[in-house]
Amino acid sequence: MTMSQETTNMSEDIICQENLVYQKPSLLNDSPMHYCPGCSHGVIHKLIAEVIEEMGMEEKTIGISPVGCAVFAYRYIDIDWQEAAHGRAPALASACKRLWPDRLVFSYQGDGDFACIGTAESIHALNRGENITMIFVNNAIYGMTGGQMAPTTLVGMKTATCPYGRDPLIHGFPLKITELAAQLEGTAYVTRQSVHNPAAIRKAKKALRHAFENSMQGKGSNLIEFVATCSSGWKMSPVKANEWMEEHMFDFYHVGDLKDK
Amino acid sequence: MSKIKGAVTINTERCKGCALCVTACPTKTLALSTGEVNHKGYAFAVVKNDNCIGCASCGLVCPDGCISVYRKKIETPNE
Repeated sequence: MTMSQETTNMSEDIICQENLVYQKPSLLNDSPMHYCPGCSHGVIHKLIAEVIEEMGMEEKTIGISPVGCAVFAYRYIDIDWQEAAHGRAPALASACKRLWPDRLVFSYQGDGDFACIGTAESIHALNRGENITMIFVNNAIYGMTGGQMAPTTLVGMKTATCPYGRDPLIHGFPLKITELAAQLEGTAYVTRQSVHNPAAIRKAKKALRHAFENSMQGKGSNLIEFVATCSSGWKMSPVKANEWMEEHMFDFYHVGDLKDK
Repeated sequence: MSKIKGAVTINTERCKGCALCVTACPTKTLALSTGEVNHKGYAFAVVKNDNCIGCASCGLVCPDGCISVYRKKIETPNE
């Protein structure tokens, strides 16, 4: 028997339902995602679907999708969705939660949506202590529109609109909106996570579950920032982008819980 | 004595060839296809050997949810 036949026979023996340890959550449907190869959005979508499934909230969850790369989030996770105008997802989420207090409501936003055009909505929804969860994906760049500078772009980082690197004298400093949110009375749980390796993904999932449970228990608003990659915008391979993120992003955006009331 | 054996199945048509699973695999079981692409034109992830231990790291990091992981305890006779 050759080696390859052995491999196949062995695998056939193992591949059956009772030995299954991991698969795509069933809430994440089969539509192919429009994200670039290796995009962090995919992993975050998967975590959301897994947590909703584990909580048994499939029929009682409302997601608010943003404008940005995640604009089509409603195509991929089989729950109820609303599509918000650019930056207005927290306002829409607040309305949904107030009208249906028994629903799990979350907004899903990128850095352009959450920390730039929607800063007012984000800060005020957090400060009002709305019982919602805001998922904020920070990849330090405007991915959808072609890699322009975002409020969260690091000092010295090159983008299409700051080709010589971000200069604080001209462009100002990157915005740590998650640290700002932690100062607000209305927030219950504020954390920063990442999804670049299996350990970080497991941790992020726990944080997501904690935030969703908080919002169902009426403890206040919850913010999870995901430090993420944008391999297309950063002009790197997905693997290289993860390495770059570990080297550069984590020095400025420290991963961990900022507030847990 | 017993040992843990694992196996993965890959939805190659959904795969975008980002190679995050190849990097995450601790036993170097996965690789990208060479000379073969799926209908979207991506080189896809393939199983290249029998080293899989079913740790599910590849499944966790896959952004497109292409990978299912199986694990089984195999009893081996004492030598």
